Amino acid sequence: MSRNEPWLQTNWDWRAAGNFIGGGSGTGLAILAALASIQGTVYWPMGLIGAVLVGIGLFCVWLEIGRPWRALHVFFHPQTSWMTREAFVSALLLPVTLLAVVAAGPFLAMPTLAMGAIWAAAVLAAIYLFCQARILHASKGIPAWRHPSLMPVIIVTGLAEGAGFLLISAAFFGGGPAWMQVLLVVLLLGRWLAWRKYLADLTQTGAPNKALAVLHEATPLINIGGHIVPTVLVVLSLFTGDFGPWLAVLAGLTAIAGGWQLKFVVIARAAFNQGFALPLTPVRGTGQAGPGDKPGWNN
Amino acid sequence: MTRYVMVADLRRCVGCQTCAAACKHANATPPGVQWRQVLDMETGTYPQVQRTFVPVGCMHCADPPCESVCPSTATKIRPDGIVSIDYDLCIGCGYCAVACPYQARHIVHKRDLAYDKQAMANEEQRFDEGRMSVAMKCNFCQDRIDHAAETGQTPGVDPEVTPACVNSCIADALHFGDKDDPDSNVNKLLAENQTFRMHEELGTDPGFYYIWDKNE
Repeated sequence: MSRNEPWLQTNWDWRAAGNFIGGGSGTGLAILAALASIQGTVYWPMGLIGAVLVGIGLFCVWLEIGRPWRALHVFFHPQTSWMTREAFVSALLLPVTLLAVVAAGPFLAMPTLAMGAIWAAAVLAAIYLFCQARILHASKGIPAWRHPSLMPVIIVTGLAEGAGFLLISAAFFGGGPAWMQVLLVVLLLGRWLAWRKYLADLTQTGAPNKALAVLHEATPLINIGGHIVPTVLVVLSLFTGDFGPWLAVLAGLTAIAGGWQLKFVVIARAAFNQGFALPLTPVRGTGQAGPGDKPGWNN
Repeated sequence: MTRYVMVADLRRCVGCQTCAAACKHANATPPGVQWRQVLDMETGTYPQVQRTFVPVGCMHCADPPCESVCPSTATKIRPDGIVSIDYDLCIGCGYCAVACPYQARHIVHKRDLAYDKQAMANEEQRFDEGRMSVAMKCNFCQDRIDHAAETGQTPGVDPEVTPACVNSCIADALHFGDKDDPDSNVNKLLAENQTFRMHEELGTDPGFYYIWDKNE
């Protein structure tokens, strides 16, 4: 039997989701680490954690590809492939972040170089995050990925996860600017709005029913666990004295978990392909063309 | 210029799957992988129901999303319009598979046999390690097309240089040829009939036409 309706693709699974999770969180943290350093202190531990997260994401991709020992071929097509562009940026991002770490660390102690490097890393991280959003947009075979409204979701999710990591890092390593909590709430609001718009736009333009069902089913948990709970925790952390930092850590953790869940759902569970369609049916004999069909789609 | 395309006459296709079997025979695809398949689509509501058989596979698009996303340049558009894969360059990342809106690409990571444990003689002889863990798909039997340049034969007319699925079609529903040649078989079919292409709205400019009626 042939399959006519969209079905869940299996070429990209949790390992691909791992790349978007690690890459998004890592780049978000790298960008916010640079912003946090505006006050003069270079937050190199945060930059280091960001680089490690990006590296974990890339390792997930390496686990996924069929011919891992040919991995360097990924650099062959920068003209049009966002995956190649992502690879090039990662090749720069990781060493530049490490330079910031080494320059800011106790051995070299070159704050100017460290500041320059952490800002360079932030710019590269922003490009990397943009590449990730474009990778999904270019996946024309997956309606839930190619929709342009997903791009802001991927970008703001990465930043929100970065803000979550920033709060946690600040609690463990000390420091961190006072506006971290406010920034997290703003980014969570942004993620909620972007997610809401993505769902509405996708439903309106048309998508496989099963993809929409997966996304709508996951939304309550994403909203409650990933948006409402961390926002409440942030607000509480501002008014609870000694417990404040720990509530902020919890807020960061839940914000990160919400983002990771969102990306896992989109990439591993809502990745139903295009399926097949007939605009109309053929005319046989002296009859007339019948209506077409797009099985498994909402419109 | 040359652009090889395929034309399927939906009025003629009877869904016998001979093209699918011929493709499997010609290209030795593993179990579960069909470079050419025929969909069985039911449309309408009772009592106005129609059943249509729709051959599908790689559409050899002029603007193929699989080619632009491929990070290794393994996927290329040949000058004759055929979208091909260099198995030695492909890293098996699967990006082309998620970029293709026709579900035409397959990646097989584990050698599968038709009968569980023991490979049949043909499976043993035709197993190609180079196609493991890389993307593969219909290539319009490109070896045959390339052979035409040596023999002077015409793809789509001479069976030796025509894709296996077209040769095997019992209903004369599948046709192959050069769309840019004004005298080609496919050009005449396209001129005489009304056609559509699948998922045309996605802007891939597919090279697979479906005839649904004669011209008015």
